[in-house]
Amino acid sequence: MYRILKKEILAPKIKLIEVHAPEICSHAHPGQFIVLRMHEKGERIPLTIADSDPVAGLLTMVFQEVGKSTTELGTLNEGDVIQDIVGPLGTPRDIRKLDCVICVAGGVGVAPIYPEAKAYHKIGTKVISLIGAQTKDMLIFKDRMEQVSDEVYYSTDDGSFGHKGFVTEVLDDLLREGLCPDEVVVIGPLLMMREASRVTAKYGVKTIVSLNAIMVDGTGMCGSCRVTVDGETKFSCVEGPAFDGHKVNFDELIARQRRFLAEEKLAMEHYLAGAGGCKCHQK
Amino acid sequence: MSSKVRAQRHEMPKQAPDKRIKNFSEVTLGYTPELAVAEASRCIGCPKKPCVSGCPVGVDIPEFIALIAEGDFLGAAKKIKEKNSLPAMCGRVCPQESQCEAVCTLGKKGNPVAIGALERFAADFERLHADPLAEAQSSDLSMGKVAVVGSGPAGLTCAAELTKLGYKVVLFESLHATGGVLRYGIPEFRLPKDIVDEEVEYVKRQGVEIRLNVLVGTTVTLDELFAQGFDAIFLGTGAGLPYFLGVPGENLNGVYSANEFLTRTNLMKAYQFPEYDTPVSVGKRVVVVGGGNVAMDSARCALRLGAEKVAVVYRRSRTEMPARLEEVENAEEEGIEFMFLSNPVRILEDDKGWVKGMECIRMELGDADDSGRRRPVPVPGSEFILDVDTVISAVGTNPNPLLIRTVSGLALGRRGNVIADDETGMTNIPGVFAGGDIVTGSATVIAAMGAGKLAAHGIDEYVRTKNGRGM
Repeated sequence: MYRILKKEILAPKIKLIEVHAPEICSHAHPGQFIVLRMHEKGERIPLTIADSDPVAGLLTMVFQEVGKSTTELGTLNEGDVIQDIVGPLGTPRDIRKLDCVICVAGGVGVAPIYPEAKAYHKIGTKVISLIGAQTKDMLIFKDRMEQVSDEVYYSTDDGSFGHKGFVTEVLDDLLREGLCPDEVVVIGPLLMMREASRVTAKYGVKTIVSLNAIMVDGTGMCGSCRVTVDGETKFSCVEGPAFDGHKVNFDELIARQRRFLAEEKLAMEHYLAGAGGCKCHQK
Repeated sequence: MSSKVRAQRHEMPKQAPDKRIKNFSEVTLGYTPELAVAEASRCIGCPKKPCVSGCPVGVDIPEFIALIAEGDFLGAAKKIKEKNSLPAMCGRVCPQESQCEAVCTLGKKGNPVAIGALERFAADFERLHADPLAEAQSSDLSMGKVAVVGSGPAGLTCAAELTKLGYKVVLFESLHATGGVLRYGIPEFRLPKDIVDEEVEYVKRQGVEIRLNVLVGTTVTLDELFAQGFDAIFLGTGAGLPYFLGVPGENLNGVYSANEFLTRTNLMKAYQFPEYDTPVSVGKRVVVVGGGNVAMDSARCALRLGAEKVAVVYRRSRTEMPARLEEVENAEEEGIEFMFLSNPVRILEDDKGWVKGMECIRMELGDADDSGRRRPVPVPGSEFILDVDTVISAVGTNPNPLLIRTVSGLALGRRGNVIADDETGMTNIPGVFAGGDIVTGSATVIAAMGAGKLAAHGIDEYVRTKNGRGM
């Protein structure tokens, strides 16, 4: 049982929770994730570790409410408990001193990119962060990212903050102007990671993406999260979630993310009609 | 009793096929006390006891059967538990027809004694009638401290056996529930999960401490466990990454590994979706590729989840199928179609990334291969297309690499399996033992239990020597 010690609403539908999980925190590395299950009937939900404090044993997770399970998770408050958390899972990112990296994050992807930016920054690598969101209200982790970045560029779809348009346009501009990073790290929606990988391919810049494939166990047992990388089937949970963005078959993965759309819709309707909905008629 | 009566084996009552394909309740219903006594009375108590040597954990089969024949059902259960901590499960899922029952003296003249069904009866009777608190518990656990990794059949058996030998055991499980393949793999209708719960409770009552959600190797490393004072570690992490078919289209929507399909259905209880949150989508026409028990379980789950037509495609013929005959017969009764000597060539895609068919090729049997079975060879030009929307691949698994990749210097075999000593279960690293599918590759529950038990004695010897206690 993991009690929620802290909860923050970072943006509409984007929430941060913190739990005490000392064993996970003392072994977590940037790029790894956990799987949580809220209760006996819950799904196993993979969430990237947004921060971990090995001294205090505090594990921070950030999620966006998109389906039934994340919406229900969003209703939990400080003091409530999560039944199961297992981790850290996945292959840690190989973070070593470089001259310059660009961290490109979209939407809720800012949270998982933060530990990587922080790790690069700590060992003296120049970190340039490009952060995109739909609107100014949806920008999260602004202060945290500014603390671990040498330069930060913002973009919003509606132009309410920073560049008006996509974060990948900012990336294209910087690379065209002659910026030569050793590596570009991209975390965000699949469409955005696919586009960012296309952009960097033009300039021949090494690109690492972090895939949020559908998982069940998260320990390599089921193969739900499989993805084609360089023509080979890989399991995101064991061999990933980070892969070379130029080698990932994004189109296949985008199709695979739609596997349970009908069931997800049904689950949401069932949830809204039942426990999660209006309780005014219940005693 | 006349020899004529002895020749007739009493079969367990079963749910009728047309009823059971609509539910996940257990298919076989177990003996009544009368049937159990009648079946037990068939045992002739032959002096050589071939059945005992046919049992990987050496259960005293004639003794427990004699107790059932006398009506001492609790005594029978106690007798079984001297050698086997998980009898309700073994009675259900052991391949008795190729072990104890295969060598039963009565088998030579006709039908062997239904040892599995009797084991199950005794265990079930005890579960329903005995006072769990009255069991003898191992109170003195001062021989040492052992970490057992994985709560599947190998780990549970190793833990229970070590407790009997006087060790304090902590059993680590990476999932949120115990049982390993007994929980995520074998479906409710073949092994009800309250049976798994009860047998795990029994192991806990023996003094085993269980820690869920711990992925040993990453949440805590082997070195840290030794530093925490564990004298030895047993790795029973089981089979891991599923193999896929290696044909074009294997990542299309509608293609599952059997592990994913069964984990969603059994561990996550997707058959109760949306009451439970995890979905599984099963189409109208399902094909399962493979010929083992996992293939039978997948096919029968698909049927119960509402598929209109389920077929099993297997590249060899019926006689080479590794699945238990009983399960094949159950599947046939339920209306599952078998297509032998057929092998997938590619999976066909509709315009939205979903499966719309599977192309197969006919096979014929050539010369025997390493396994002694005749090697299937494709018949050129014999391709045909199956009209399916769901493909379940049940063609085996790799050893799970997650833990073993964190242990430097651990000797591995060609297929990534852990190498363990046949006599002691010890790996090349002193104090680290292993058994079950992680060592052998996909095998049976009882083989894993046998390995867990063997390793428990290997651990006992190792720790005694290490701590200077002698044997």
